[in-house]
Amino acid sequence: MHPEDLKYSTMHEWVKAEDDLATVGITDHAQSELGDIVYLELPEVGTAVQKGDVFGTIESIKTVSDLVAPVSGEIVEVNEELPETPEMVNESPYSTGWIVIIKMDDPGELDDLLTADRYERFIQEG
Amino acid sequence: MSYIPNTDADRRRMLDSIGADSVSELFEHIPEPYVLDRPLDIPGPLSEMELRRYAAELSGRNINLDNCACFLGAGIYDHYLPSTVPAVVGRSELYTSYTPYQPEVSQGNLQAIFEFQSLICQLTGMEVANASMYDGATALAEAALMASSITGRTEWLVSSCVHPAYRDTMRTYAWAAGCRLVESPRTGILTDLADVSDRVTDQTACVVIQNPNFFGAVETLAEAESVAHGNGALFVVCFDPISLGLLKPPGVFNADICVAEGQPLGIPPGYGGPLLGLFACKKEYVRQMPGRIVGATSDAAGRRAYALTLQTREQHIRRERATSNICTNEALNALAAAVYLSTLGKQGLRRVADLCVQKAHHAAEAISSLPGYELPFDVRFFKEFVVKTPKPVSGINQRLLAKNVIGGLDLEKFYPDLAGHMLLCVTENRTIEEIHLLAEVLSQ
Amino acid sequence: MTTEPTIFERSSPGRVGISWPAVDVPERPVSELLGPENLREELPLPEVSQVDVVRHYTHLSSVNYGVDTGFYPLGSCTMKYSPKVNEEIAALPGFSALHPYQDEETSQGILQVLYDVQRFLAEIGGMDAVTLQPAAGAQGEFTALMLFKRHHERVGEAHRRIVIVPDSSHGTNPATAARCGYEIVKVNSGPDGLADVSALSSELSGDVAAVMLTNPNTLGLFESRVTDMSRMIHDAGALLYCDGANMNAILGINRPGDMGFDAMHFNLHKTFSAPHGGGGPGSGPVAVKGFLERYLPVPTVGFEDGRYFLDYDRPESIGRVHSFYGNIGVIVKAYAYILNLGAEGLRSVSENAVLNANYLLSKIASAYDVPYGRRCMHEFVASALRYKDSGVRALDIAKRLMDYGFHPPTMYFPLIVPEALMIEPTETESIETLDAFAEAMLAIGREAQSQPELVHSAPHTAPVSRLDEAEAARRLELRWSDAGD
Repeated sequence: MHPEDLKYSTMHEWVKAEDDLATVGITDHAQSELGDIVYLELPEVGTAVQKGDVFGTIESIKTVSDLVAPVSGEIVEVNEELPETPEMVNESPYSTGWIVIIKMDDPGELDDLLTADRYERFIQEG
Repeated sequence: MSYIPNTDADRRRMLDSIGADSVSELFEHIPEPYVLDRPLDIPGPLSEMELRRYAAELSGRNINLDNCACFLGAGIYDHYLPSTVPAVVGRSELYTSYTPYQPEVSQGNLQAIFEFQSLICQLTGMEVANASMYDGATALAEAALMASSITGRTEWLVSSCVHPAYRDTMRTYAWAAGCRLVESPRTGILTDLADVSDRVTDQTACVVIQNPNFFGAVETLAEAESVAHGNGALFVVCFDPISLGLLKPPGVFNADICVAEGQPLGIPPGYGGPLLGLFACKKEYVRQMPGRIVGATSDAAGRRAYALTLQTREQHIRRERATSNICTNEALNALAAAVYLSTLGKQGLRRVADLCVQKAHHAAEAISSLPGYELPFDVRFFKEFVVKTPKPVSGINQRLLAKNVIGGLDLEKFYPDLAGHMLLCVTENRTIEEIHLLAEVLSQ
Repeated sequence: MTTEPTIFERSSPGRVGISWPAVDVPERPVSELLGPENLREELPLPEVSQVDVVRHYTHLSSVNYGVDTGFYPLGSCTMKYSPKVNEEIAALPGFSALHPYQDEETSQGILQVLYDVQRFLAEIGGMDAVTLQPAAGAQGEFTALMLFKRHHERVGEAHRRIVIVPDSSHGTNPATAARCGYEIVKVNSGPDGLADVSALSSELSGDVAAVMLTNPNTLGLFESRVTDMSRMIHDAGALLYCDGANMNAILGINRPGDMGFDAMHFNLHKTFSAPHGGGGPGSGPVAVKGFLERYLPVPTVGFEDGRYFLDYDRPESIGRVHSFYGNIGVIVKAYAYILNLGAEGLRSVSENAVLNANYLLSKIASAYDVPYGRRCMHEFVASALRYKDSGVRALDIAKRLMDYGFHPPTMYFPLIVPEALMIEPTETESIETLDAFAEAMLAIGREAQSQPELVHSAPHTAPVSRLDEAEAARRLELRWSDAGD
């Protein structure tokens, strides 16, 4: 159901780690709950974030949600396509709907994230 | 009568249906000490007939603008109200509806407001407009708050030629939000732009100019704009919607936000309310703009339709992070303004503006030639001008009233250094006979 | 039904909608008078004949639904019938053709109206003083919180930075508190739908400036523990505010001032029958206990030696919140309404509003969950959760109601009830209307189970079908343009 090779946060974000780079997006569950995405407020490249910081917002017609950094580091890339085509987050949340890439200060923080199984259970419980 | 259709028999049936003996049973859970044990101490009831009679008598105790030649302006104006306006806003499908949160049954209101937003953009040369604020004063306060939100700065630099009641309102909102109003002084009845330039700092969120200003004088917007933008502040203009029939609009001056009191656009003076706050800004700031906004879209059959949009900025969704707390606005007055602008159109608005300018200048000339009267300030003006009087303004106004003429504002009310000066307004509603009567009484 | 083109599409160069008299003063070139550098080059407004203007707006009105069209059970909005005599009275030139700066001697009639309404609202609310200046309920809330803020400053408690609101509050409550620079703390309601006293107690501290409650609350339940809460709140040095949007349940029966509230606002366009105008104008007067009177916005209306006057003598006032004295035209309608009804009339408004709501609740309870019991005040919240498995949500039921000729109730508010439909019939509806609405709700409940797609794709008979609101937010076409961009 949720890709096994990714890690997940309790804020319904996924993380794909390659070396010290973490690509971040929102999960399929999150996009479904939010409804049609109409807008994203994204950070500037170069912004430093701590794990747990709000780094942007994601907006549907009925709600606005915070985007919370799952790991600490520097924002090195932002998905420039999203402002024009926010619906990509709904259509392919795990591929073209990626949101930012963070250069991690401490890849050890990945261990605090959930596996696909544990994320599934987290959704069932909540 | 309380407009309650149900009779005792209907109520009996309803009580039986819900298994209650009496209506008072439905209020039993209210702790007894807090149930009012006496009738409210208010008058009435009056039947409709008695109410009409009483209202006629009470309203008859007021001298009203239909019976007078009004030369008083200062923020509320006796402009002509075209007959199409009450005909449209009196249609109860439009005025008894609620906020159009259910667009499928509210296309009337929604399309009218979309057109209103469009007309305000056309009038002001701005990119987007909202569906209204309470009045010019609160629109201006919200503009300053928006500027603070965009720039992250807390100082509002406002010309003292901006309407005193607007500055007072801004002061209250500034205090509430932890911002600071800084007033820049005047030279005569114009903003001292050199002083504005000195006063602007890296904490200035916005530079605010009213044009024409409270005294009716035309300001040099281009200079104010460069001071604002040269210092990273937003340029906020408060305008007169009728004047834009002739004057260059704020959009041409690169204003970031512009606001106005929309009462001149088909809304009666109403003793000062309800009014109409106009609010427009650059498209890049649309997500920080307060108030409701209507957007175009399609329905399931592909037909063009309209809906409230960007609601996520508003209180009912964003709650404490909303751009403003505004919910109810002045929608029906926005509709009135749309009807007004549609009825007048390009030619009509130009015509009204021109009539105001011609008549105001004729009156100014006539009065300045009266012994003891002068126009002490050499400024360009639109429909209002300042006159220095040889005798106290209050006495002059008393004599005018005896002839069913309402004289201009005694400027001492707001500007102590302008005691002995009167702010006169001449709109398209004033005839040459009325202007000559004014001059005649002034000369006595 | 074809959609009505915009007014701009009815425009043709040279058309005019109204004629003007010739200039009757000697004319001078406008460029000379205003300066050529100040003149605009183009004025891109439409040019439409009067017949087309009138037809355009007449058509728009015909696709719009108001209280005069039919039942409008929007919870929390009190969509009662707006008496026509009130419209007439407010439009009398002696009330509407008045300039706010005209001499007070010439406006004694309107000043009396304002003075009387101040007094009536104080009596109805159980309070001591009133400001009529706020132009809407939200602005009333803002004004009241600033009165609290000023009071705390004056008594050396300016450090208080928190405002407590229940999780069921109207969105304007936290939005307003944020506007005043306060931090918002949310307190969960108890399982009975009332504010949880112990939850509130645990949040009260020396940092709390105010607590904002609605009574009856947004679930339509009377907060019977307000006096206990008021004591706790005042002992903690905080103040208590009443959102008076739901006054229609308790007129002449219960008064917020008697329960320990320090300030409240009224919505004249809800409780006092002024029409909603498609979203406004409203009027949100604030009534306060005596200790707050000194901070009220200026001016209020006073009466001395047989004359009414605008009273600016309030050195500790928080200042202005409006350019003049408030939404006078709306206040005049409320005045006429109060006189028309009198004390017994106002009381019967609430009795009938509450009876109507209870009756309607009982008629639909078989098909919808009503989480907080079988008794309510003037409104109740039903849940459409049971239909979710069929793919039908509160939104779909609301849209399907349009096909039955009704305006939907409020949806998804308060946030604490899932798939919420908040229903407020008001007292001006007959038993027949209530029965017809209940029948429709039950029929839709059956459709949700047997023909969910019919409900899911509603409305079918409204002037337009369901709109793509996501497209509206993405497209952001917020004004007409002939380039169609």
